Amino acid sequence: MLALRDVTVRYGDTPAVDDVSLDLASGQVLAVLGPSGCGKSTLLRAVAGLEPLASGSVSWDGADLAGTPTHKRGFALMFQDGQLFAHLSVARNVAYALRLRRTPSARVATRVGELLDLVGLSGYDDRLPGTLSGGERQRVALARALAVEPRLILLDEPLSALDATLRERLAGDLRAILHAAGTTALLVTHDHEEAFALADRLAVMRGGRVVQQGAIDEVWREPVDEETALFLGYARVLRDDAARRVLDAAGLPPAYAVALRRSALVVDDAGPLRAVVESARVTPELVRLVVTVEGVGTVDAVAPLGGRVAPGDEVSLRVDVTRLALLPITP
Amino acid sequence: MRRIAALVALAAAPVLVLGVLFVLPVAGMVAEGFVEDGHLAPGAVLDVLARPRVHRVAWFTVWTSGVATALAVALGLPAAYALHKLALPGRAAVRAALIVPFVLPTVVVGVAFRQLLGEGGPLGFLGLDGTPAAIVCGLVFFNVAVVVRTVGVAWESLDPRPGQAAAALGASPWQVLRTVTLPALRPAVVGAASIVFLFCATAFGIVLTLGGVRHATIETEIYLLTTTVFDLQAAAALSVLQIVVVVALLALSARLRATPDPTAQRTVAPPRAVRRSDAPVVVATLLLLAAMLLPVATLVLGSLDVGDGWGLDNYRALATAGEDQALLVPVTAALVTSLRTAVDAMWMALLVGVTVSLIVTRRSHSVAERRVRSTLDGFFMLPLGVSAVTLGFGFLITLDEPPLDLRDSPLLVPMAQALVALPLVVRSLAPVLGGIDDRQRQAAASLGASPWRTLLTVDLPVVWKPVLAAAGFAFAVSLGEFGATSFLARDTDPTLPVVIFRLIGHPGEHNYGMALAASVVLAAVTAVVVLGVERLRVPGVGAF
Amino acid sequence: MLHVRVRAALTTSSLAAVTALALAGCSLVGGDDGGTTASEPSTSSSADGKGSGTVVLATHESFHLPKKLVKAFEAETGYDLEVRAAGDAGTLATKLSLTADNPIADAAFGVDNTFASRPLGEGAFAEVATTATPPAEYVLPEGGDRLVPIDSANVCVNVDTAWFEKEGVEPPQTLEDLTDDRYRDLFVTPGASTSSPGMAFFLATVAEFGDAWPDYWTDLLDNGAEVVDGWEDAYYGDFTAGSDNGTRPIVVSYDSSPAFTVSGGRTTTAALLDTCFRQVEYAGVLEGADNPAGAEALVDWMLTDEVQSALPESMYVFPVMPEATVPEAWAEFAPQPADPYEVDPDEIAANREQWLTEWTDVISR
Repeated sequence: MLALRDVTVRYGDTPAVDDVSLDLASGQVLAVLGPSGCGKSTLLRAVAGLEPLASGSVSWDGADLAGTPTHKRGFALMFQDGQLFAHLSVARNVAYALRLRRTPSARVATRVGELLDLVGLSGYDDRLPGTLSGGERQRVALARALAVEPRLILLDEPLSALDATLRERLAGDLRAILHAAGTTALLVTHDHEEAFALADRLAVMRGGRVVQQGAIDEVWREPVDEETALFLGYARVLRDDAARRVLDAAGLPPAYAVALRRSALVVDDAGPLRAVVESARVTPELVRLVVTVEGVGTVDAVAPLGGRVAPGDEVSLRVDVTRLALLPITP
Repeated sequence: MRRIAALVALAAAPVLVLGVLFVLPVAGMVAEGFVEDGHLAPGAVLDVLARPRVHRVAWFTVWTSGVATALAVALGLPAAYALHKLALPGRAAVRAALIVPFVLPTVVVGVAFRQLLGEGGPLGFLGLDGTPAAIVCGLVFFNVAVVVRTVGVAWESLDPRPGQAAAALGASPWQVLRTVTLPALRPAVVGAASIVFLFCATAFGIVLTLGGVRHATIETEIYLLTTTVFDLQAAAALSVLQIVVVVALLALSARLRATPDPTAQRTVAPPRAVRRSDAPVVVATLLLLAAMLLPVATLVLGSLDVGDGWGLDNYRALATAGEDQALLVPVTAALVTSLRTAVDAMWMALLVGVTVSLIVTRRSHSVAERRVRSTLDGFFMLPLGVSAVTLGFGFLITLDEPPLDLRDSPLLVPMAQALVALPLVVRSLAPVLGGIDDRQRQAAASLGASPWRTLLTVDLPVVWKPVLAAAGFAFAVSLGEFGATSFLARDTDPTLPVVIFRLIGHPGEHNYGMALAASVVLAAVTAVVVLGVERLRVPGVGAF
Repeated sequence: MLHVRVRAALTTSSLAAVTALALAGCSLVGGDDGGTTASEPSTSSSADGKGSGTVVLATHESFHLPKKLVKAFEAETGYDLEVRAAGDAGTLATKLSLTADNPIADAAFGVDNTFASRPLGEGAFAEVATTATPPAEYVLPEGGDRLVPIDSANVCVNVDTAWFEKEGVEPPQTLEDLTDDRYRDLFVTPGASTSSPGMAFFLATVAEFGDAWPDYWTDLLDNGAEVVDGWEDAYYGDFTAGSDNGTRPIVVSYDSSPAFTVSGGRTTTAALLDTCFRQVEYAGVLEGADNPAGAEALVDWMLTDEVQSALPESMYVFPVMPEATVPEAWAEFAPQPADPYEVDPDEIAANREQWLTEWTDVISR
């Protein structure tokens, strides 16, 4: 397993990664989630051995990797844009690490076939990277990284360069592939969807520090603070009276702050909250509303399709307790 | 077809320049050999090619140049890495110092080498004097800077991430070099190697001085046949042979340079701190530096030797015309002429070189277009590979009538020098320009940038450092050029190498000392200018 | 976006600055002495009988005369003298031969007796009548009406007498001596194919041994003779009196060379006067010259007492005119040979290629 202890990486005087400790058990996928510039890519490079540590340690199965150069760590790094070798064909790219290990060419051919099959690119062997689409390149990069069954695969925003549909599909594929291969993976991303789609565990990073980590649903249910909540996809954070009113309506004990997802308030004639509809937008699954709730303010809400809700209408709302999170903060 | 027409129009100016200054003279001189009594008589020329001596000479040229090129690449690559990728203290100065041999007059270096390698010299025990090994050493000495610079600049702007990706896949540093870095550097390495080969194959003074008269190359043979024997047929035959060899080499080099996809992300990574694992590279670089400085040190010591001790007398004498008035102008005046000539040669070479580089690196849309581009590319390399003797005499007999009455023009010297520097400029810029993703230009254009603005905002920032390096190179080539210059320079304003040659050709201990002092000054000025040119930064462009 | 614009503006302005710098006089283009003298029309004479315009002299790189004399010539005749000195004697002869129908200058100086027949054969020189008459011994048997002898220099084997004294060895006297075992590994000469004195020494051996010269050269090389590229290499690289690292006390140089190794009232080297080959350098008017009168005046001037007497100091050669004075050191330390070797220029022209081919074969063996 991978263990980071008090890792600090500096660029000049500024710490890009500040005192980060993380653990990643074998076979698990850990996502490091954070806005751009938070130091997550640097962290990944430090694990790969591409950035020297200012202090702290990176170890694998208890062995400190400080003296181990990148190529001897047995980790595979997949860059954001794939970084395929432009002068090599797809098959040669995938076979790269195998050839480094002088694998017999018959076995190389079989393995390349398997891997291209795995990433859904059978028959692409002789293409040059320049002729591939972004998604195809990422798949080749993934196949290349998986070729020698690395003990840890490092993924740098593997899906962010792709369009939405492709991202969704590839995310599913990637998760299946990682699980099928039983690969331990460390993933950095700024996209919580990507993190949720791929990871078992989550670490949230901000300003070079890890502010929260845990199992993905734990983190998702209990964000440590407002910023984290917003970054995890919560739409709004209510405080004081507003929070108390909503919690009361949900039948929960009072708390100082609560984070709401956009679907936390649902139009329901039996609901305890009264609100005026400001705007309504129809989506394929439900109607998304912005409403003004008395004593709470402007918040998001949803209504089932066919509810015929229009701006200006007065509606009643109930609270979906699975779609809110209490924040452990005080005034 | 429209694109090809536009291409030809853009290329017209440089092609015309090269046509007048190169093709016409060489063709004129070769024709002297082919035409006998007003009739075309190719038979006699072809007979020459059957002579065993010609075969021997051609083979000797090819193998010495080949070995020297291989050595220059082998020694130059580690230095290119160490001096362009590692944060070594004083690396800019070392880079400038390595270019010094490039400008030293061959006759002076020849004497310095012989003082080292000769029977009584400190390295005399090696028994190299007068052997092909000495010639190869000399050729490497003069040309290793070409490899260090052209490859170093390309290396500097190489995206480090593919290499890191390879390392992350388990490639050792050596494997990264072999499988990722060198393939990416191949255009630059092959380009540098072909330039070095051409310089070696047409080397003149160094072959004569170090090889003694026993070893003839095609170039020395052409000189001998033209000036001493006046056998123009044989000279023409060898010139044609030389052109054929050069064209074949250029075709080969173009093939080797071609990469499936030259586009690469260009970044200028800040130089990396030196680690213990860099020791072999650093040591190799230091050894190369020491080997390069040894002959230079001999010169410096010689220039300070005033007979009965050490002193600066030889340097003080540079403001005079030498012992017994050996010179018409003091060395200081010649230095000024040299610098002014070099400025001209530099801008001429850059102007034409940048245009040519842009032409040959734009993405082709058809096979025909690509052929036109690669033919042009090779065409502009030709001047390096063709005998300066043939070219020089060709100037005299073809550029003698209006409107091309150039043989008395003071600009002929910088023009000839620019012609020599041109391939260096093109080979420094082309790999980098070729690496720019065309979509960036398209993006700029789509945002409303004119072609000129696109050039400034997309191409220039990437190519700025290579342009500076090429400028320094062109400047150095001009400062050191002797063959064409001595042939064309006018006595009233000789350049420094010409003056040095004069000094060393006159008896008198002081003239010899002055020649050494003047060489040291030439070397120092060159190093300083090259260092300065590289420091030139347009804010925000060079710094990235 | 802003910084891109600033960057572009700065780039443009810095390019402009560089261009301006180039045009402001740091280059030849911007400089004022860009010199167009060559294309000025040359007129041969004016009303007062004095000449005007420019006389262009093509010569080799060793040409040199004191500025004072050149000024005097220009003042006296009214011509401007423009010297184009480049390349060695062979290059000069080739240039003149190749451009015989459209000469590069009005007059030429520096073609010597080993190269004379080529430009003469190509018709490069016009007939010339000089005021002074050089001694007949220097005049070419054929073409004497076109090429005027100006100076002579004898290429002789030189020895480092100080070295021989120190070693207690008797220095050699003749060409034959050089193959003697006592002088093994002591002799260095520039090559006949690459050096003018080297060629002269070779011709001396041809004159002495006739068709048997290849045997002599074989013996010479067997005796450890070193053949180098140029005179500079031999004298400054290998000769014991010319270089601290030199190891060879016998070298091919000139009869005047001992005058340059004087220290403490005596010279430390000597020329072997029985080994000399005489080189004579000529001047002439080029056929089709723009300014033939000026060219003739120039040739005349080169025979004057002033120029003739300046030759030793300026070009290390002896004047041909007997009235000219030579420097004291020359008179004292550089005696001229009484009876140097000679080879007929036409014979040289006819055999040069074959000789050189054979010679190269002998020395590459």
